[in-house]
Amino acid sequence: MKRTILVTGVSRYLGGRMAALLAADPAAEVIGVDVVAPQNPIPGVAFVRADIRNPVIAKVMGEARVDTVVHMGVIATPKQAGGRSTMKEINVIGTMQLLAACQRTPALKHLVVKSTAAVYGAGPRDPALFTEDMEPRHRPSSGWAKDSVEVEAYVRGFSRRRSDVTVATLRLANVIGPAVRTGMTEYLTLPVVPTVLGFDPRLQFVHEDDALAAIGRAVEVRAHGTVNVAGAGVVPLSQVLRILGRPGIAVPAGLVPYLGRAIASRGLADLSGEMIRLLTYGRALDTSAAAALLGFSPRWTSLAAVEDLAAARTDRSASPVGGPVREVRSA
Amino acid sequence: MPEDSRLSASKAARLVGNTGPQPLRRPVETPEQHEQPERRSGPGADGVWSDIELAELTTTDPETWAEFIRRRMSGDYQVDDFGFDPELTDRVLLGLVRPLYRSWFRVEVTGLENVPDDSGALIVANHSGVIAWDSLMTQVALHDEHPAHRHLRMLGANLVFSTPFLGELARKAGHTLACHPDAERLLTAGELVGVWPEGFKGIGKPFAQRYKLQRFGRGGFVTAALRTGAPIIPTAIVGAEETYPMIANSALLARVIGLPYFPITPTFPWLGPLGMVPLPSKWHIHFGEPIATDGYPEASADDPMVVFNLTDEVREQIQQTLYRLLVARPSAFG
Repeated sequence: MKRTILVTGVSRYLGGRMAALLAADPAAEVIGVDVVAPQNPIPGVAFVRADIRNPVIAKVMGEARVDTVVHMGVIATPKQAGGRSTMKEINVIGTMQLLAACQRTPALKHLVVKSTAAVYGAGPRDPALFTEDMEPRHRPSSGWAKDSVEVEAYVRGFSRRRSDVTVATLRLANVIGPAVRTGMTEYLTLPVVPTVLGFDPRLQFVHEDDALAAIGRAVEVRAHGTVNVAGAGVVPLSQVLRILGRPGIAVPAGLVPYLGRAIASRGLADLSGEMIRLLTYGRALDTSAAAALLGFSPRWTSLAAVEDLAAARTDRSASPVGGPVREVRSA
Repeated sequence: MPEDSRLSASKAARLVGNTGPQPLRRPVETPEQHEQPERRSGPGADGVWSDIELAELTTTDPETWAEFIRRRMSGDYQVDDFGFDPELTDRVLLGLVRPLYRSWFRVEVTGLENVPDDSGALIVANHSGVIAWDSLMTQVALHDEHPAHRHLRMLGANLVFSTPFLGELARKAGHTLACHPDAERLLTAGELVGVWPEGFKGIGKPFAQRYKLQRFGRGGFVTAALRTGAPIIPTAIVGAEETYPMIANSALLARVIGLPYFPITPTFPWLGPLGMVPLPSKWHIHFGEPIATDGYPEASADDPMVVFNLTDEVREQIQQTLYRLLVARPSAFG
């Protein structure tokens, strides 16, 4: 059966690659949606320039008889959106509009939402590993994490109202890899990496290829449920920096927010509320449910993902251009 | 262990009264100690540790260390999901407290045959001595003296994990937050889990109440053991109470600093950092006979009466062992 898949957030790296991957299947027709056009056209993907914050999206979905929606339009840092209030609007209002459109599209049968492990928060009272049924012990209070908690709540509401639609929510650990740029990769590749004095957080990563593979599997098997997706194992921040060959500088906890603001105002990296909590207390996920629900286990362990990032950084610094390059490439 | 060793509370109180600071004496071998059939370990008469692995870990060979440091600096090592760094623990962290274990507290260990070689078990022990040296000494004991060199994975209060440096070290040494998911995950994985159910009530109690077990929390450890079927090993630690005789507790200072208690001892805070040096009491750690938890019906972990009764049984066994060890010990510093 021919599937019509709508992917949001295709102008950013992961969304673009996801759309291209899905379009590689001849039995799928893929519509990509974003507020701005991708830098390079994505092969096989019909791009629709639409803002998911306004109701135009419902028309697109109805006309194309979309049966699967892959929501990757939640953005992580204010920099990407041009300010925190725009970011919140895109994330929360955008998701509400998208779900409203989904509810009005009778042809829709499957919804896949890319969420984040940040919904679990981070703090000293956390268990070593979070399973999907655990409530956060330190509720996220700002930024991307808080937006994602709200997004998940709206998705659950949608799931109740449209019980005929399978809904898969994937809580991804921090995505890193040779090409993707996230708040985490920006932080890790600062010339000198500030760390919180006296804390060595356990971090967990998912390689960009695995992140895409997991979402792809959720679309393929029409998964229903919420799962954690992360590379096996944890890596302490100190070990990450040693592998990356980056000098770290320990900053007393009380000064980190000020330093974070200084770094953010220079556009270097986003070091704010929830990110600081993560870098203080760390967080790790129990990933055993993903194997059952998706029939998928990440190929890269957290440690291997860090090593791959390190290898890519070494290559790049050796090249004459140098510096981080943002590229949207097709798979 | 003889069954008639149970003592009345009044006799025990008198015994405890005899354990105050006394002049240092040469160790005296008591006949009671010889009668105990338990496995003993530790350095032989010549003070040599026969174990080859241990010798390797405590090597001073510069090449081994250079290789170790090179590997650490390049990030070539692995920690488990809890953040436990076995290599760092074996080579560095345990090495830092080992002199205290061997030369300062001269820890004597009995009952190691009660600790399984390769399966999960819950070590439950009394807590005392202001600074939790007792938990560290138990960790060294199980690692150095148990034939299977077991790592003890302790469950700590969240204050540990919100405190800079302490939380980081605790994670690296294999410890985690005292919560059901972590306890059950470790026990299911066949790890040796250590709990000190008295918590801060135990280490922060005044010297006058030494060797009197405090309340055992809410029995959470029993629930974890019941759910996983892991045996509970009641463990008695004698000697830790005399390391810092706490005369008083300054509630005001404790509140200002944000700690559960602020100890006043004969030496602290009067002598400053020097006052933090523990008195060289002679220690004895006894791992008692395991209490099985796998024979209970399915839903017992959710039956508060079963949990309370089992908690009491563990507490009582530790208390009685403490009294027995106190009778046998010649002096607190011998």
